[in-house]
Amino acid sequence: MDPLSWPEITIAIAGRLVPVWIALVVTFALSMRFKRRLGLYGKLFDSPIGMLGFGIVMFWVFTAIFADQVITFDPLSQVSRMKNALPGMPHPSGEGYYLLGGDNLARDVFSRVVIGARRVLAIAPAATAFAFIMGITLGLPAGYFGGKFDMALSFLANLVLSFPVILLFYLLVTPEIRVTGIPTMMAAVLFLFPVIFLVILWNSRYFINPMQRNIYVGVTLVFGLWAYSGLAFNADPLGVWSMDPNLLNVFVSVVFVNAPTVFRIVRGIVLDIKTRDYVAAAQTRGEGPWYIMLWEVLPNARGPLIVDFCLRIGYTTILLGTLGFFGLGVSPESPNWGSTINDGRKLLSLYPHPALVPAIALMSLVLGLNLLADGLREESMKD
Amino acid sequence: MFKFLLRRFATMVVMALCLTYAVFYFTNLPPNLEKIAKSEAGSRITDAEVDSWLAKNGYASSTPQRYGEWLGVVPGWRNTTPDGKVTGRCIARGTDPAVAPRFCGVAQGNMGFSNVFKQPVSSIIGLRLGLTGWLMLCVVCVMVPVSLLIGILAGMREGNRLDRSLSAVSIATTATPEYVSGVILITLFASSVTGLKWFKGTATSAMDNITFENFTLPVMTISLYAIGYIARMTRASMAEVMTAQYIRTARLKGVRFRDVVLKHALRNALIAPFTVIMLQIPWLLNGVVIVETLFNYKGFGWTLVEAAGNNDVELLLGCSVVAVIVVLVTQLLSDLGYALLNPRIRLA
Repeated sequence: MDPLSWPEITIAIAGRLVPVWIALVVTFALSMRFKRRLGLYGKLFDSPIGMLGFGIVMFWVFTAIFADQVITFDPLSQVSRMKNALPGMPHPSGEGYYLLGGDNLARDVFSRVVIGARRVLAIAPAATAFAFIMGITLGLPAGYFGGKFDMALSFLANLVLSFPVILLFYLLVTPEIRVTGIPTMMAAVLFLFPVIFLVILWNSRYFINPMQRNIYVGVTLVFGLWAYSGLAFNADPLGVWSMDPNLLNVFVSVVFVNAPTVFRIVRGIVLDIKTRDYVAAAQTRGEGPWYIMLWEVLPNARGPLIVDFCLRIGYTTILLGTLGFFGLGVSPESPNWGSTINDGRKLLSLYPHPALVPAIALMSLVLGLNLLADGLREESMKD
Repeated sequence: MFKFLLRRFATMVVMALCLTYAVFYFTNLPPNLEKIAKSEAGSRITDAEVDSWLAKNGYASSTPQRYGEWLGVVPGWRNTTPDGKVTGRCIARGTDPAVAPRFCGVAQGNMGFSNVFKQPVSSIIGLRLGLTGWLMLCVVCVMVPVSLLIGILAGMREGNRLDRSLSAVSIATTATPEYVSGVILITLFASSVTGLKWFKGTATSAMDNITFENFTLPVMTISLYAIGYIARMTRASMAEVMTAQYIRTARLKGVRFRDVVLKHALRNALIAPFTVIMLQIPWLLNGVVIVETLFNYKGFGWTLVEAAGNNDVELLLGCSVVAVIVVLVTQLLSDLGYALLNPRIRLA
């Protein structure tokens, strides 16, 4: 078989991505059709920049979801004669092509990038969400009450933010630290925050109706502590929730790096919002402080927080890439984008494609998130 | 003003102590010490031998105690071997224990000894910091004018075509971390694929002799990420100033647009970007680490990676002291500069 030319490669890749295209078209068609009933999400479709960003992000989300259908070869298998193969080279077995070439271990670059998307999108949004819950749970009282509590937390946040990120990663993501159990301890603290947050959220609103409160809090506690025991301590009695120690180490470190910034943002917004009339009205009604924070202040702070959430997923993606680039907390086989870039950079001047493809993939995902955040910011300001 | 400075300085010292203690704690975790013992005394020694080696070399005491020794506020450890020889932290091999100083830590100017480079830490850091200094200097010289220019041009007339295209460029560069832009730039300008080969893909030769050819790509790579960010901040600040009342007054009284921008708007619009630029310097430290690894330029960032990768505790501690000082000093400068530039803020 002859190698493919660039137009043929483009067509072949587009062909592999058919499930992604279908999903994208369906998403856009439905969203456009019902955009007036979808709130802020619907308004996104009024802004071309936001739509472009949303499109790019959803492209990667669907690629990650349909990765098993999209890939052409096993991302880990090495095929002799395909070492550093150029894009479009046929596979020796005569079935299919290395659409974007082979890397220095003769693995298919295209399939590795597609599977790599799954890794990134499994970790980045979840880590960002944990960082947000932690930042919100601590930032709300710090901004609302002020005083010693605020001073202590702000000092801690500044302390973490004063660390150069890479130094922090080199200290926190090592095989040695996993021996000492520090990541598990950090996870034990970090993963408790969602449970605390939800319990306070339900209790502050429904404590006047104990029956309803007990149901909500009970479900949260049962479900939350079940997941907590599995994720933090790997001690889930049913074995549903578990996390690889390597992954836990990376996850915890990324949350730890992001949470102080979220804390500062939330605290700043609360300082602004707590002077508003509706907060004074709630105080006059005799509402408790946590009700005011979670049900009056937080919903009104959602605009900037949603925008920052998008930006922060992008930043987390960059951080994960950095970790991979320095080979921290990943197995050498892993197809994650950062370590693939690092593997490919040694032969960059001769065979750039193994490093270039994941580099562009990472850039486009972060760009999509930034554009999405920009569109959301524009639309939320119009409210 | 004096009181503010004093308080700010005190916070800074407390933070520096906390940060260095954290680094000290993490680099001196038991598994790390065990690794040191095994690399110094042989990799096949038993656990008991590890413990005795650690005790003999002053690693057995508690972490705060050893942190104090490292800092130079607690007397260095001393051991007497069974045959009556006195060894200790502050006693160099072959010198008389009686005349050796009691304290020898960072406060006395002794940063320790690197196990990997076999040199005193202070001399390694001095040399490497000098190399990185050149890189940073070039980066700042490129980054600051370019980003301010982009930001001012974009924010001058908000929403026009120039603004849209410049904003698109800055969003794109903020989405491109150093390890991505480095790879793209090398592919474009230094690989056989495009055949351009304008610049070199490594900066190793720049350690002796900086040329346009070997230094452009590293400098560009670090600058790009920061340029987008600073430009966006400048744009926002400029756009806000351009809607102010006094700008409208100036326009209405017939001042030329160019003069409005240069004489009325610019000075007020540059207050916010100043803070952003100062706070961006710690982030450049990350860029430096990535770029020096990518381009094999053996400066401070490369040293940090080597120290961390080879478990060279003393060197890593030295590097983090420098990094922490850089971060804290830039924070202080940005606070002070902001207060000086903006007459509405008075320091009580």
